[in-house]
Amino acid sequence: MLSDAELSKLRWRCRRGFLENDLVLERLLKARGNEFTRDEFTQLKALLELDDNNLWDIIAGRNDDYPPDTEPMVATLRQTLSTH
Amino acid sequence: MAQTIHKYDAVVVGAGGAGMRCSLQLAKAGLRVAVLSKVFPTRSHTVAAQGGIGASLGNMDEDNWHYHFYDTVKGSDWLGDQDAIEFMCREAPKVVYELEHMGMPFDRNPDGTIYQRPFGGHSAKYGEKPVPRACAAADRTGHAMLHTLYQNNVRNKTQFFVEWMALDLIRDSEGDVVGVTALEMETGEVAIFHAKCVLLATGGAGRIFAASTNAFINTGDGLGMAARAGIPLEDMEFWQFHPTGVHNAGVLLTEGCRGEGAILRNKNGERFMERYAPKLKDLAPRDFVSRCMDQEIKEGRGCGPNGDYIALDLTHLGGETIMKRLPSVHEIGKNFANVDVIKEPIPVVPTIHYQMGGVPTNIHGQVVVPKNGNPNTIINGLYAIGEASCVSVHGANRLGTNSLLDLLVFGRAAGNHLVETALGSKAHKPLPANAADYSLSRIAVLDNSTSGEYPQDVANDLRKTMQLHAGVFRTQASMDEGVKKVVAIDERAKHLSLKDKSKIFNTARVEALEVANLMEAAKATMVSAAARKESRGAHTVDDYGDTVEHPLGRNDQEWMKHTLWYTEGNRLDYKPVNLKPLTVESIPPVKRTF
Repeated sequence: MLSDAELSKLRWRCRRGFLENDLVLERLLKARGNEFTRDEFTQLKALLELDDNNLWDIIAGRNDDYPPDTEPMVATLRQTLSTH
Repeated sequence: MAQTIHKYDAVVVGAGGAGMRCSLQLAKAGLRVAVLSKVFPTRSHTVAAQGGIGASLGNMDEDNWHYHFYDTVKGSDWLGDQDAIEFMCREAPKVVYELEHMGMPFDRNPDGTIYQRPFGGHSAKYGEKPVPRACAAADRTGHAMLHTLYQNNVRNKTQFFVEWMALDLIRDSEGDVVGVTALEMETGEVAIFHAKCVLLATGGAGRIFAASTNAFINTGDGLGMAARAGIPLEDMEFWQFHPTGVHNAGVLLTEGCRGEGAILRNKNGERFMERYAPKLKDLAPRDFVSRCMDQEIKEGRGCGPNGDYIALDLTHLGGETIMKRLPSVHEIGKNFANVDVIKEPIPVVPTIHYQMGGVPTNIHGQVVVPKNGNPNTIINGLYAIGEASCVSVHGANRLGTNSLLDLLVFGRAAGNHLVETALGSKAHKPLPANAADYSLSRIAVLDNSTSGEYPQDVANDLRKTMQLHAGVFRTQASMDEGVKKVVAIDERAKHLSLKDKSKIFNTARVEALEVANLMEAAKATMVSAAARKESRGAHTVDDYGDTVEHPLGRNDQEWMKHTLWYTEGNRLDYKPVNLKPLTVESIPPVKRTF
C-alpha cells in the first residue's frame, strides 16, 4: 500500500519539462487514479528520474534503453500513448 | 514557529535557460548563489525548445547583426525597444560561441563551423531573402542547452534547491527587495531566503490558456510574485500563437519544419502563403502566418471534415531528411495525430506558445517601474530575465530563435551587471520584521478553508475563458466580456478549498498557490488586451482592421506605447517605446509586408 505522500510525490514528478510527457503521464494518472502496486510505483519512479527527451524517446518507442526492471511500466506507458 | 533563514548573495528563482545562464555567471565570479526550482533543473520548460538560437554568425550565407536587428524590430511590429534589440543582436554571436566553448553539441557543417538553419522572419539585406541564422542541436536545442548550463553550474558550485516553490518577494520599507519566501514541498515548511538580490527567471504563464504548447509547470509564478509586490506587468496582451500546434493536442511542431522546407497547404492543396507573403512565404513571422492560416479557415479553405485546420506538408522532404533533422516531428505526428509525416501532411492550427510581456526591465535585467515622472526607475535588489521579463526585445511578436537568445543574452547580462557592481562586497540589507507573514497568511487561508472550490476547477474555468476571450482572434466585445468573466473568476479564486491539508508533499496546496499566480497573469492579459484599441503583432482584433490611416489596424499615433498593468485596482498605465538604438539609426515604423 502506498502512502499519500508517496503518491503525491509521484504525481508531482509527473510534471515535466514539455507537454508531450505531461499529456501521456496525465492520461496514465487519470486512468489509474491511486491504483499503483509497489512494483509499478518503483518502476514509474525510476523512469521519472530520466530527462524528458530520454523519457519521451522510451515512451514513443524510439529507444529501448530503459532502466532495468521497468519493462512492464514502459509497456503501460506505450499503451497509454497509443490509446489516445 | 520562526522560519529558517537561508542567506545568499543572490537567489535565482527558476532553473531554466535564463536562470542557469545567470547563476553560472554569478557562481563563476565566486558569489554565493541559490537557485530555487519547482522541478529538477534539466526538466525546466527550456527543454522543450527545439529550433535553435538566432545569431548572425554568417556560416551559411552573408549575414550580420544589422540584418538581425532589422528583422527583430520589424517582427516586433515596432513595439520592441530598439536599444534592447540592438544589445541582444550584437551580443548574439558572443553568447553562442561561449556556449560552444562550454560544450554545447551544436550541429556542424562539413568544415566544422556551426550549422545554421533558416527560420521564420529571419532575412538578409533587410528583408530581401531568407537567411539561415538558427544555431541548433538537431531538434533538441533546449535540451542540449539546459544540460550544458546545468553541468557548468554544478562545476561552479551553484546551490540548487529542487522542489521548492518561491512564494513572495520580501521588500523593505524603502521598497528594496531583500529576499524571497519559498515553500519546501518535501516538508511543507516555508523558509526565508535573505539575499542582496533576487532574480526572477520563472518563465511564462502559458497555462492560462486551454490550448497551449506549454508544459503544465508554466504557471507564471514570477509574474504573480511581482504583481503581489506592487510591481506592474508590461505588455501582457501580447501572446504568441505558434502556427503549427498539432490540431486537438496542442503539441508543438517546431518552426524548424518550415525552415527545412515544410509547406502549409489549404484544402485545395494550395501553398497559400505565396499569396500573403511572396518573399518569405511559409517563413514569414509567426503572428503573420497564424493570421493567414485563420483567414484560410474563415474563408472556407480549411482542411478536414470540419474545415478547421491547415495541412503541414513535409512529404517532399523525404524520410531520410525528416529522420535526420526532424526526428521529434515524426514521433509527434505518429503519437498525437496518427499521421506518418513522411507519407502524409499533418493537421495544424495556431496554438498559444509564448508570452511576449512580463516584468519590466532594462537591458541589465534590473526591474524598472514608473516613479516620480521617470517611467524606468530601478527597484533595488530585483532583476527579471527570460520569458518572465519584458525588456522588451520581442515587442508585439517574437521571432523564432530569439527566445533562447533572449535567455542567454539577458541571463548573462544580469549576471555581469551584478558582478560589475561588486555584489559580493555589499552587505545584506536587514530583513523587515515578520518577513514571511504575508506568505504564511496566504497558506493559512488555504489550510483553514472549510468550503469553496477546488483549485483545478477554477483553473480550468479560467483557461476556457481566456481561450474564448483572449485567444488568437479577438473582438472588442468579446474582450470586454472576458474582463468581466476573469474578474468574477478572481473572486472565486480567493475562496479555494483544499481536500488534503497535510504538509508533506501536498500538491493540492502547491496547485492552489499556482492558481493565485495564474490569476494575476490572466487578469493582466485580459485587461491589457481589452484596453488596446488597435491591432499590432499578435494582438489582432477584428474591430481594428486594415485602413489607409491605420495599415493592418496598427495605430502608431495613439498606441505605440507599452502597457503597464497593476493588480491593485486592476488599473493600467503606459510608457513610451524606446525607438532609439544604442549606436545605429532607428528603424522607422512602416507597414509590415513580407
